[in-house]
Amino acid sequence: MSEQTLKQWLLSDAPASRMQARVAGLYQGWLRLTSNWMTLTGLLILTALVLIAACAPLLAPHDPFDQDLLNRLKPIGFDDHYLGTDSLGRDILSRLIYGSRITLYIVALVTLIAPVVGLLVGTVAGYLGGWADQILMRTTDVFLAFPRLVLALAFVAALGPGIENAVLAISLTAWPPYARMARAETLTIRSSEFIAAIRLQGAGPLRIITRHIWPLCISSLIVRVTLDMAGIILAAAGLGFLGLGAQPPSPEWGAMISEGRRFILDHWWVATIPGLAIFTVSLAFNLLGDGLRDVLDPKDGGHG
Amino acid sequence: MVSVTSQTEEGRKPAPFPPWLRSTLATLGSITATLLGLLLVTFVIGRVMPIDPVLAIVGERASQETYDAVYHQLGLDKPLMVQFFYYLWDVVHGDFGNSLLTARPVSQDIARVFPATMELATLGVVIGMLLGIPMGVLSAVHRGTWVDQTIRVLTLVGYSMPIFWLGMMGLLLFYGILGWVGGPGRLDIFFEGLVPSVTGMVLVDALLAGDMDVFWNGFFHLILPASLLGYYSLAYISRMTRSFMLEQLSAEYITTARVKGLSERQVIWGHAFKNIRVQLVTVIALSYANLLEGSVLTEIIFSWPGIGSYITTALLSADMNAVLGGTVVVGLIFICLNILSDLLYKIFDPRAK
Amino acid sequence: MTLLTVNDLWVRFPTRQGIFAAVRGISFELGQERLGIVGESGSGKSMTGRSILQLIRKPGQVQAAEISFQGRNLLDLSEREMRSVRGNEISMVMQDPKFSLNPVMTIGAQLMEAYLQHNRDNRQSARKKCIEMLNAVSLRDPERVMNAYPHEMSGGMGQRIMIAMMLIPDPKILIADEPTSALDVSVQRQVLSIMDKLVRDRGMGLIFISHDLNLVAEFCDRVLIMYAGRIVESCLASKLHEAKHPYTRGLLNALPRLDNPRAHLEVLQRQDDWMHAPLEQTQ
Ligand SMILES: Nc1ncnc2c1ncn2[C@@H]1O[C@H](COP(=O)(O)OP(=O)(O)O)[C@@H](O)[C@H]1O
Ligand SMILES: [Mg+2]
Repeated sequence: MSEQTLKQWLLSDAPASRMQARVAGLYQGWLRLTSNWMTLTGLLILTALVLIAACAPLLAPHDPFDQDLLNRLKPIGFDDHYLGTDSLGRDILSRLIYGSRITLYIVALVTLIAPVVGLLVGTVAGYLGGWADQILMRTTDVFLAFPRLVLALAFVAALGPGIENAVLAISLTAWPPYARMARAETLTIRSSEFIAAIRLQGAGPLRIITRHIWPLCISSLIVRVTLDMAGIILAAAGLGFLGLGAQPPSPEWGAMISEGRRFILDHWWVATIPGLAIFTVSLAFNLLGDGLRDVLDPKDGGHG
Repeated sequence: MVSVTSQTEEGRKPAPFPPWLRSTLATLGSITATLLGLLLVTFVIGRVMPIDPVLAIVGERASQETYDAVYHQLGLDKPLMVQFFYYLWDVVHGDFGNSLLTARPVSQDIARVFPATMELATLGVVIGMLLGIPMGVLSAVHRGTWVDQTIRVLTLVGYSMPIFWLGMMGLLLFYGILGWVGGPGRLDIFFEGLVPSVTGMVLVDALLAGDMDVFWNGFFHLILPASLLGYYSLAYISRMTRSFMLEQLSAEYITTARVKGLSERQVIWGHAFKNIRVQLVTVIALSYANLLEGSVLTEIIFSWPGIGSYITTALLSADMNAVLGGTVVVGLIFICLNILSDLLYKIFDPRAK
Repeated sequence: MTLLTVNDLWVRFPTRQGIFAAVRGISFELGQERLGIVGESGSGKSMTGRSILQLIRKPGQVQAAEISFQGRNLLDLSEREMRSVRGNEISMVMQDPKFSLNPVMTIGAQLMEAYLQHNRDNRQSARKKCIEMLNAVSLRDPERVMNAYPHEMSGGMGQRIMIAMMLIPDPKILIADEPTSALDVSVQRQVLSIMDKLVRDRGMGLIFISHDLNLVAEFCDRVLIMYAGRIVESCLASKLHEAKHPYTRGLLNALPRLDNPRAHLEVLQRQDDWMHAPLEQTQ
């Protein structure tokens, strides 16, 4: 170890321990991920997003809720409003910066709900089989039979508008693919020898599912969630745009576009800029997800 | 066939149906289950609504008797199971109740607005197909080169755009600044009502009436939203085409085709592409379904009087019958498209017979 | 008469660990004879066959001093000229008919395509030609086969169809890359005899690639033994048991023999210097 550099240790063809093999595997995946400029761009953008959200009060030049009716709809670069002001004279840049927190909040909540529900339903269905499987998977099919946005609209209609309800509605439409995936994984894991061995040791279904099956499902789930993230952001923005998500005066990006829509022909920047922000973030997630898929499934990749 | 089974497998009852009938019945059974589930979901949404359906009909100032009468008339005093059964009964008979907003049966409203959505989504998917398939093939053939990279970025950008924002930008640029296309709506105001509505699709109606002025006006209104939807589905179609083609191009029969001395063009279109046609049908059916969804937001931007606008307007004015009716119809179309693509698969793939 | 001359052929693949040479400077000639190429899996047999037709996929690279067919150096041909060589002059049968026939085209369409690519003819007489060819590979009911899809055929039928398809434009050389490895043992010989007969009747050259020393000894005139991308030995099939190279001897000793049964079959011991040793001639 002392003669080797860390890099050699990580790239070794003959790992000396399980730990080395695992760390080396991760490191090589990381190398492949970051060797692609597109994935790297995505990663950088998302890091920047997290930093901006964390440091919003330091970065924002103004209070995002501060109205200044004398300076309504000022263009880009007016005074110290670098991205102009909206119809109530609020600084667009500051609202954008604070809006990143809402975007991350939505993303975090949906990732906490949808994959967990999917994992639960899928593993239980796959592990128990029989009637439980039939019923759970039929339910999954029903939810898959709706177009997602339309179902989300109907849910929000039932729950009432608001950011939490929008998150709930999106999660309710997002879990079925995860359930299907988790079920498929469970079916393969369930019939494997090592689960039989564990069962012989006297482990009950609960223990097998939580200790042995869940950990194995998680990695494929993570990739899938990353790939879906852009869609979730767009759905949230769409609900916000329709006035069913975050409510005024919240600086949610979709709602900001909606506000700017009335002035699109004369004051284009009010609606354009938040749209660019949504686009950038969802593109970043797509770039990252694309790269992740390449690493995990090289045969479909685009780099020969 | 049946008798053979019963003879060889002792102790087993002879199967009452031939296998093909069995599989058809199984498919029908699962479709029915999905449909029932779909209606159950909309039913539940309707029940947990914070809106009182009786108040919505009788108004705030009605007397308690009127309220009770309507309450009874709507069957709200019955157990939930019975209520669900009534709901099923109505839906099966095409009755989604009346819309509060238009005071007409929801089914009539939907029949009126649906052709507008169909016109938009159809042109969108045609554009997506015509561009997306060749792009997907091209990027598979030139895998890893700058062609592939460019197309990849282009499709990722398509995936990442909020479609309503893209619509606004399109309107701003092509209508507001350049003036190349018509603005929001299906026709300019002075062209409206010039041709009789037969199919409900402006372009088709104009052609039927032989009025080319209306046709071109309708076309210039349709082309921008349809192109945007087309871009959206192009991203999906070309991505799938690429991955299907990559799989085929590495197959051994492609080498056989090259050994025969075929040109690259023959190898790609005559051999590899033939093998992905069936899969592409599924993708196109799916992206058509997705466009119905994408059109919800696009229709609002372009003031397009389709089912997307209908549902959202109803939603914003708490017109629950209209919202649920619209949701059920869109869900039904979704299911039908899925069944259709499965069916086409069975018809076109020689191996599935 | 020499049909094909291969001189100092290299096939290289760039990989993460550097450049990997799958074929390393081999030379041989082919006349109107049946030449066997034997070697273990991964020894570069297929790459040799494919590089003659210039069908090595990117990122693989082919380099040779000469690959000439009837005096024409194939390396100098344009892609377009090369296409008129493929199928028409040199053809190839691959391992598994399940994968080497296009699953969504009828067998008739695939046969007709092979014929019409190199012959100006109308469809009726092309069809007649194809049916004749199917008869020649002893397929029963060729009319039905013409309208069938590949998945409706058994492995043996599929491989005979492949042979028919590759011979229909009347090539001078047929490369058969493990043509029977994917087939049932019961039909292997039948398919090989059909191929053998057609090749001999037409006075063609055959390159028969296999890992099965017995089959090669039986169906070929001459044998090349490949190891790690090189030809380690070249000898007449009839004199195979006199082969000197330790690798060939190892292969021979690892085979069970009816006329000389042994309690233990030997396990092949490889030596590094075989990869570098110069070619030994045993002719
Ligand atoms: N695309 C490729 N990249 C790297 N190595 C390859 C590639 N294709 C083939 N090879 C290598 O070339 C060698 C020879 O392969 P091949 O000619 O198919 O062997 P065989 O004698 O079994 O037919 C093998 O070791 C294989 O690993
Ligand atoms: Mg081989």
